[in-house]
Amino acid sequence: MRFYRALLRLYPASFRAEYGDELYAVFVVRRAGAHGVFGAIATMLIAFADIVPSALAVHWDILRQDLRYTLRALRQSPGFAMTAVLVVALGVGANTAAFSVADFVLIRPLPFPEPDRLVRLWEQTPGYQMELSPGNYKDWKAGAKSFESMGAYVSSAVNLTGSGEPRRIQASRVTFDLLSTLGVKPYSGRGFVAADTVDGRAIVISYDLWQTQFGREPTVLGKRVDLDGSPYTIIGVMPPDFHYPSRSIQLWRTLQFAASDLVTRNDNYVDVVGRLRHGATLEQARAELGVIATRLERQFPVENEKTGAAAELLSNQLSERTRLLLLALCGASLCILLLACANLANLLLARAVSRERELAVRAALGAGRERIVRQIVTESTVLSAMGGFAGVLVAIAAVPGLTKLVPNSLPIGQQPSVDLRVLLFAGALVVLTGLAFSVLPAMQAAGASGLAGLRDGVRAGGGVKQRVRSVLVVVEVMASVVLLISSGLLVRAMWRLQAIDPGFHSANVVTLSTALPWPKYEDPRSRERFYTKVLGDVRGLPGVQSAAYVGHLPMAMRGGIWPVITRGASESIRSASTTASLRFTTPQFFSTLQIPLLQGRDVDETDTNGKPNAAVVSESFVKRYWPNEQPIGKQFKFVMRDRVVVGVVGDVRVRGLEQTSEPQVYLPYNQIDSAWLNWYTPKDLVIRSTMPLTTLLPAVRRIIHEADPLQPISDVRTMDEIVANETASRLAQLRILMILAAVALVLSAVGIHGLLSFTVSRRSREIGVRMALGAESAQVRRMVLREGFVLAVAGILPGAAIAYGAGRGMEALLAGVKPGDTVTFATAIILCGATTVLGCIRPAVRASRVDPMTAIRAE
Amino acid sequence: MPSPAFQPADVDAQLPLPPATFHILMAVTDEDRHGYGIIQDVMARTDGELRLSAGTLYRSIQRMLEQGLIVEPRRRPAPALDDERRRYYSITPFGTAVARAEMRRLTQLVRLARARGLTPESA
Repeated sequence: MRFYRALLRLYPASFRAEYGDELYAVFVVRRAGAHGVFGAIATMLIAFADIVPSALAVHWDILRQDLRYTLRALRQSPGFAMTAVLVVALGVGANTAAFSVADFVLIRPLPFPEPDRLVRLWEQTPGYQMELSPGNYKDWKAGAKSFESMGAYVSSAVNLTGSGEPRRIQASRVTFDLLSTLGVKPYSGRGFVAADTVDGRAIVISYDLWQTQFGREPTVLGKRVDLDGSPYTIIGVMPPDFHYPSRSIQLWRTLQFAASDLVTRNDNYVDVVGRLRHGATLEQARAELGVIATRLERQFPVENEKTGAAAELLSNQLSERTRLLLLALCGASLCILLLACANLANLLLARAVSRERELAVRAALGAGRERIVRQIVTESTVLSAMGGFAGVLVAIAAVPGLTKLVPNSLPIGQQPSVDLRVLLFAGALVVLTGLAFSVLPAMQAAGASGLAGLRDGVRAGGGVKQRVRSVLVVVEVMASVVLLISSGLLVRAMWRLQAIDPGFHSANVVTLSTALPWPKYEDPRSRERFYTKVLGDVRGLPGVQSAAYVGHLPMAMRGGIWPVITRGASESIRSASTTASLRFTTPQFFSTLQIPLLQGRDVDETDTNGKPNAAVVSESFVKRYWPNEQPIGKQFKFVMRDRVVVGVVGDVRVRGLEQTSEPQVYLPYNQIDSAWLNWYTPKDLVIRSTMPLTTLLPAVRRIIHEADPLQPISDVRTMDEIVANETASRLAQLRILMILAAVALVLSAVGIHGLLSFTVSRRSREIGVRMALGAESAQVRRMVLREGFVLAVAGILPGAAIAYGAGRGMEALLAGVKPGDTVTFATAIILCGATTVLGCIRPAVRASRVDPMTAIRAE
Repeated sequence: MPSPAFQPADVDAQLPLPPATFHILMAVTDEDRHGYGIIQDVMARTDGELRLSAGTLYRSIQRMLEQGLIVEPRRRPAPALDDERRRYYSITPFGTAVARAEMRRLTQLVRLARARGLTPESA
């Protein structure tokens, strides 16, 4: 019998109260008719098989009823429903999108087996962390026992010809053991083996290139292709999610150091990745590499002077700025989620208070507390679910926009997708908020204390709720102040950055790249012929004011740093204060970018090998080495030769707007002699022209095609784009933050407005009495405004404090703007105050228009 | 005759009736019965073929009360026949109308089947 009573508990309480005894009575009769143990067991089994589905069906009936009721109730207050759904959608959507992207970039493990054992290695000198020299790489690899394997790579682009249009492709030269160090097996074919380095003609291509260039041909293995005019054979295709060292790499060749490469120890261009031995820690590896580096410094005191070793987990190579950008975004979206929850809670509380009477009536009419609570649970769940669904849509729409924040240099796939876990978390938070702030008041209303609501009408009660609502509004104001100030600080930082003079004028300058392949262009005369022909024809185009070729564009390439040795200075070559950035260039580079020529002359066609090695240096170079001296004619040793200064130009921010740059040295393009300087060979064509890009570009393409039909053109950009790119990810983040801040501001204004309107309508009798007793309407207005003011101040003060803390945390992003920037704080606080006042106006006016007679009579 | 408090459309909205509902309506057509009485009546009328389970019965009763097909009458049966603890149910005019409509629907269905030469006996 107890068994049956327990079974009956499966029914909703309301059903049980109504029919429990009846059901039980039927069971008693049945049970009495059954004989023996088997009969009893059979009765129980039958009862079980009866009650379980029937109880489920009854629950389902109630749910359908509640859903119908909910939809009707929501249709009756569409304003409430829409606001609640919108608030939840924004909170869940923004949060999910931001965290999905952050997780993708910051947290998700790299797509390699046991990524925690993969380590990036660097040479560490005072002020610099740089790639390894081949010689040091060889010795580190041979000496470091904490590594299971170690591989190296050098990235460069190649011209792919022989299958369709000539194409410029990002490629990487890798030691044969790099792919196995990363632990990745090819999708088809095979990876490199030591034997492949003998002739170096084997290549592995990316899945993407296999699709786009080779139409997914299964026969691609063994196919011959031409890279920079030399034949290569495809031996493997990498899996679709393999992107190393960066997303743009399409092809891998083998890297093999010649004996002569291994001699140099101060030409740093080798990127190195190691896989730690099982059980070895990063600390051990660092200590071991430190010992090796010290030994090598003793062995090569000049070239390896002050050269230590640095090792960092491969997963940890994100720049501090990117990390902060994403964290700031996550913080902001968390703020929005909190705000959304606070707002939802507020809305539900307001609704609960206004429904107190309805619920009390229903309770008095015999609807059990359980039925009422159940109804409310259904309602808040429906609201949260609708909001959550809309939130998913917001997230799906927002994630692609946030992808701009994913740096291109990471070895991960292209597109982050909406993260289910984050979505569930945000959804759960919203549902919990919804339940907490709808069910508790409902239980209270339906319970004994609710009867008071019946007796007193709608004016009293809700004191606690009112206080909770005030706290919620304060939290909303606080969150919006934090967001406003943080995004304000970032806007100021952005303005400051955009105001920075890059040292050149980017307007009306078009650039494109024609990388001349070696060995085809190994002979300097063949290069000169190409440059002369192209530049001559381009300069002859109508509208073109000047054109030049340069090794690397400023900002597009930030490296190329070489030690400078001046006469009389120490022979020290490894220190930040004695290096300069190197560019080889043709004449007219300075006039094309409008970099001012301060003294002397531009590089010239006549600066050829055999003549004195000319150099044009930047202003800061002169200030560093020959302050207060006439620089023209001074000599220094740079890139293996003695150079003589022939000109001085203005400084350029080669490393980008946000970083200080080394002094610059420009060398004439005709004085490149060594094959291993080929990376510096001018390849970027810069054109200053008044012609629109659409007419200029076809003409330039034709000219290049005439000079060399097999020469691909790549990286067509305007100089403006390159400068804008400096601030692109900031701009993307800033836009999002500003949208979030605006949303927060609106939400908090809505919150204040809602709370005050509600207070006014509930206190209309009190206000009426006050006015009947002689209070002026201005006084009443002031009373309401004061309430709003108190709420605003209570939110703004802690908000400003938190914002200051947040500003301190992201100081690296602020480009010199102080975290306590007065202008930003003042603006944000005024803005927030103004919004608050806006939110107060209507309730205040309504309060002052309360007619004492009506208000009192209404009771 | 007073006009019924329901429209023909209300009646049609209930059709087709679930078999259990139809049986319960039949059981309370001639006299008010309590739950167990309904179960027994259905069993007797169907020669033991249909045994309503208690769960099915009371869920049906709950819905039928809500739909207005049956009511709990205020007057109880004669004291000698009354079981104090039990709740009795009786059919409403609306319930009768719905039962009739369902009957019509079923009869028509049977007639249509017969016209096509279908017979209940297997060949």
